[in-house]
Amino acid sequence: MEIKTEDYSTTYYPETATVVCKGSLLLSGAEEYAPILQLLNGAAEQQPNRLTLDVKELEFLNSSGINMFTKFVINVRKKTALQVVAVGYEEIPWQVRLLKNLQRLLPTLTLNLE
Amino acid sequence: MTTQIFGDFIEELHDEVEYLKIGFSPNSVPLKQRWRNNGLSADFIADYLQAFFVGKQKNSNDSNTPIPARSKNAVKYIANELLENAMKFSDETSKYPTKIAFRLYSDQLVFHVTNSIKPQKVENFQAIIKNLTHEDPNELYFRRMEANASNENSTQSGLGLLSMRCDYSAKLGWKFETLQTNPPIITVTTMVCLNV
Repeated sequence: MEIKTEDYSTTYYPETATVVCKGSLLLSGAEEYAPILQLLNGAAEQQPNRLTLDVKELEFLNSSGINMFTKFVINVRKKTALQVVAVGYEEIPWQVRLLKNLQRLLPTLTLNLE
Repeated sequence: MTTQIFGDFIEELHDEVEYLKIGFSPNSVPLKQRWRNNGLSADFIADYLQAFFVGKQKNSNDSNTPIPARSKNAVKYIANELLENAMKFSDETSKYPTKIAFRLYSDQLVFHVTNSIKPQKVENFQAIIKNLTHEDPNELYFRRMEANASNENSTQSGLGLLSMRCDYSAKLGWKFETLQTNPPIITVTTMVCLNV
């Protein structure tokens, strides 16, 4: 499953239970982010045990995009068995900040900072 | 002209620091089509920072030390959020242009974004501002995320200003000015200050 434009892509790889987000996410609000949120929630439905969220190649995210990721992790809280692993680069402060905020909302989320 | 100030507002000083100012005419392309330009303008402002910001010179040896990368991302993030808000909340009937000014001080980066606002939206916006300036921003930030997640119909995330305060330690201030009453033209200037 993949959502792709010239500015960004979000791809779900079922075989590795990974969602990879790339590029610049500057969409204008919840409505425009809905398909990406749906992809994330769909991946969480299909993976009962473990899901990796990789934002290393995400270059930019606006506040509506932050809102989308927070909605996703709050949704995951309902699935007690699912372990989410979030991957970002340690030297990119905004990625670290984003993932730590997500971890505060979902304490079982594991951070993997490369 | 009536003026109201909120938060840590710093006036736009027309002094001799380096600055960049961009204006957007309300008569040009409609909002939807302009959305993409917010990101392009924010990129431009962040590039301007990289090209022109020298910063505080602690001593002669480290005058060439580059600014931390986080500042470039911070500038792009804040410029983009401020422009998104301005485009979303401008009163298109007023024909008042949106302006963004970005000033480089040795230890601070200061944004001023001025746009018109619909008179009936002023009270609500001022209530949001009072909330933002009187409550613990971190608590408010996470409470807002939780509220957005439980409300399927929320269209505005309301996280932009909060994330500037919480994730980027920015200082925020606002100035409302009633430029004319009949027909009413009200402008709001949002000031954001980053310490570098």
